[in-house]
This record gives sequence, C-alpha cells and structure tokens, in this order.
Amino acid sequence: MNIFKIIENIEKVDPEVYGRLNSRRAIFKHLSTGGFKLAAASVPVLLGGIFSKAYGQSSSVPDILNYALTLEYLEDEYYKAGLAANGLIPDNRKAIFQQISKHEDAHVNFLKSVLMSLSATPVDKPEFDFTASGTYADVFTNYQTFLTLSQAFEDTGVRAYKGRAGELLGNADILPAALQIHSVEARHASMVRRLRAEKGWITGADANGLPTAIYAGEDNVTQGGASVTSLGYSAAIATEAFDEPLTPDEVLAIAGPFIVS
Amino acid sequence: MKKINVKAQKIIGSDFENKIMSPMRRGKFLKYLGASSAATALLVAGCDDDDDDSTDMNTPGVDLGSGDTGILNYAYLLEQLEAAFYVQVITTPYSAMTAAETTILTDIRNHELAHRDFFKAALGDAAIAAVEFDFSSIDFNDRESVLGTAKVFEDLGVSAYNGAGKLIANVDYLLLAGKIVSVEARHASAIRDLLNPFSEDFAGDDVVTVNTGLDGANAPSVVLAAADPFIKNTVTFDRLPS
Repeated sequence: MNIFKIIENIEKVDPEVYGRLNSRRAIFKHLSTGGFKLAAASVPVLLGGIFSKAYGQSSSVPDILNYALTLEYLEDEYYKAGLAANGLIPDNRKAIFQQISKHEDAHVNFLKSVLMSLSATPVDKPEFDFTASGTYADVFTNYQTFLTLSQAFEDTGVRAYKGRAGELLGNADILPAALQIHSVEARHASMVRRLRAEKGWITGADANGLPTAIYAGEDNVTQGGASVTSLGYSAAIATEAFDEPLTPDEVLAIAGPFIVS
Repeated sequence: MKKINVKAQKIIGSDFENKIMSPMRRGKFLKYLGASSAATALLVAGCDDDDDDSTDMNTPGVDLGSGDTGILNYAYLLEQLEAAFYVQVITTPYSAMTAAETTILTDIRNHELAHRDFFKAALGDAAIAAVEFDFSSIDFNDRESVLGTAKVFEDLGVSAYNGAGKLIANVDYLLLAGKIVSVEARHASAIRDLLNPFSEDFAGDDVVTVNTGLDGANAPSVVLAAADPFIKNTVTFDRLPS
C-alpha cells in the first residue's frame, strides 16, 4: 500500500487534501512515528482516522444540500400557492411562473435524491408563512406583492448558493449541480425583476422596496482584491457586473420571518 | 499550430471544406477526420508548408496555460468574445432597436467589458493576448441575428462557468466565477425574453433540464469548439485542468 498514491488519488477529486491534512510532511511523520513497523493491515485504519479528522472538520455536503433544500421548499411552495390563487397572476404572465414553479419542484426532488444517494436524510419541509406574520398580508391577492416576494426569494437564492459554493471546492459531482441550480435561480431573478420594471441585474445595494438585508453588500466594487471602478467603470457597472454572496446566517435572517417551524 | 484551410482545400478539395465550414484548425481538422495515418501524414506535410496562409501573420496562437491561471485565461477569452460582440452591437445597432433594448444591450456590453478588463488586470503578465474575432456570420443590422447570437453567447458563458467550477483549485477564484456566472445567467434570461417576451423561454426547456431543473454545464473543450468559428486565433487549451 502506497499512502502517497492514495493521497494523490484523493487529490484528483479534492485538490485541497494536503491543506486538510496540514501537510504532506505531517502525514509522513504521523505514519512514521506510529511506525513503518505497523502491520500492513492496520494502515487502512490509521488512514481512516486521518481522513475522517480532515473531512469531519469541514461542513458536510449533506448540510449544504439540506440548506439548499430548505430554500427550495420555500420557493416551491410559494409558486404553487401563487399559481393556485385565483386571479393573482395575470393569464399572460402565467407561463413565466409555471416555468419557475416547475424548476423549483425539480430542484426539491433533485436535492432529495442526491441526499438519499449519499445515505443522508433530507430535512422535512418547514411550515411557511408567506405573509411574514402579516407584513405581506396580500401576497396571494395582490400581484405586485407577489412579484416583490418572488424577487426577494430569487435574488436571495442566488446569493445563498453562491455563498456556499466554496465549501464544495473540488467536489466534481455536487459543485457542478449546485452551480447549475444557482444559474437557474439567476435566470428567474432576472425575469421577475424585469416584470417589476427593474433591471435584471442588481445595481449597487438597491433594494427597491424589499428588505435591505437582501441586497446588503451588493454595492461591493472590489473583486479579487482589486477595485473594478479603478479600471474605469462606474460603481453602477462594477456592481451590476458581479453578484455577491450571502452567508447562511444572513440568509436565515432574511428567510426566517417566512418560516414558522 | 497554423491554420490549414488553404492547404486543406488544395489537398482534399473545396467540397469537403465547405461541408465542415472554414476556417479550420489543424487539431480540429484531424479530429474531424479521425484520420487514417496516410491522410494524417499528408495533412501534416501540408500544414508545415503554410507560408501562403497570410492570416497567420496577424493572428498568433493563444495558449490558455495550466491550472487556475489557465481557467482564468479561459474566462478572459470568453469575456473578450462577449465584449467584442456587444461593442459591435452598440456601435452598429440593428434597425428599429427600441430604447429598452438599447438600455439592456448597453448594460450588458458594459458588464462584459468590466469582466474582460477585470480578468486582464487580475491575470497580469499571465494574461493571454487580445484575441481577434470573426463576426462575419452575424448580420448586425438584423435583430434576430444579433439577439440569437447574444442568446448563444450568454448560454454558452453560463455553461462554461458552470462546467469550469470543479476545475478551479483556489476558493477565491471559485467565488469569483460564481459572482460572474449569475450575471451571465441574468443576461441570458433578459436576451431570451427579448426574443420571445413573457414566455417560458427566459429559462426554457432547451437550456434547463426539465426533470432536474439544472442549467447547462460544459467542459472547456465543448465551449471552445462552439466559440471557435468566431475566434481567428488558434486556441490551445490542452494544459487546462480536467
């Protein structure tokens, strides 16, 4: 058994493996102090210990998927309720929301199936209150209110996925799928924003009547440590051209009022 | 690596070339042929003697490089393509471009320019050169041609970033790709809606898989093959992570 060969193979799917293991040298030391005298049969056990420690400390993939699933449950139920509300969505806009609803339903089922394929348990669907305790009392009778919350959920969804992509670094299966959902949410967000006579993209931290927390930080003009405005672009262009992430805490603060339990 | 369309025509005949569209690159040409060794030898011999292919003088080859730098150059190349396209769209607007369309297309042009210049600055000395484009297949006077091409480019950009994410090693670059890809998806949505307003096309079944709700994701080889007809330079990408 060649441990470095094993680690090299892991590196192919997880380029950060050495970082997780502190260093290649540390592994070598770990093994050599335990001893090259170890019986070959015990090496897998030792390796198992090293890797469970290395990976156990990072957020687990099921946690991230369940986080995403919770947001998809919210969106899925929201659009189903909206489409079911008589007279809410104008007939000539229904195709848009049927398409969005179809995607959110597919995302729920897809995430559940991925979780189960990982032998993890999908979280239960929470109970939602889309009026947020009366703040949006007419959400399913007033099309404009419905659009407002739709934009809120879509733009928040984009930011939520973006905020956790980094935890999936190097994951050749889950990361692409997360990104592929992320860009669909962005397509939705652009369309819904335009239905509200806004631009499809986010200028500065303009919340346009939505809770400001949803767009907090979107006015960032520094990317990769460099100022985009210093390249000669206005702050409007620099902020529209780059969408910003949200942390789970920030997302839960936004979504919390809509989740009863 | 040089273009061989001129030589290929001499060797194989114009009919063949017409079928596969010019200009062709040597690598793609051989791949297309799945060539017998005899044919390969013939073509390679032809490629080596290409001093009559004057376009080579002006369009040097571009090697994207390896690792994260390679991926950033790949993104830089695609942003150059999009930026050049929209600059032309705004410079020579199609007839009867509405004010709303002008606003959207100008915004998108500005975003792509910002993306392009950001990557150039971020890459510094490692950046590939400015690439040259061939938009001769696009009728910039024609709305359908322009918006149809914009749709292709935006969807392609989305699928490129979605497909490249797993190839990125540095978490900061992954986040950066995430920040840009959603903007490209916002563009794609708006362009698609201009083509077929208020329909499901903004996120149509042709681009979002119905049973999973997943957007496109393509490997660099697929994306670059699709972009190739618009790029004059020969692009080498065989050192990109895979």
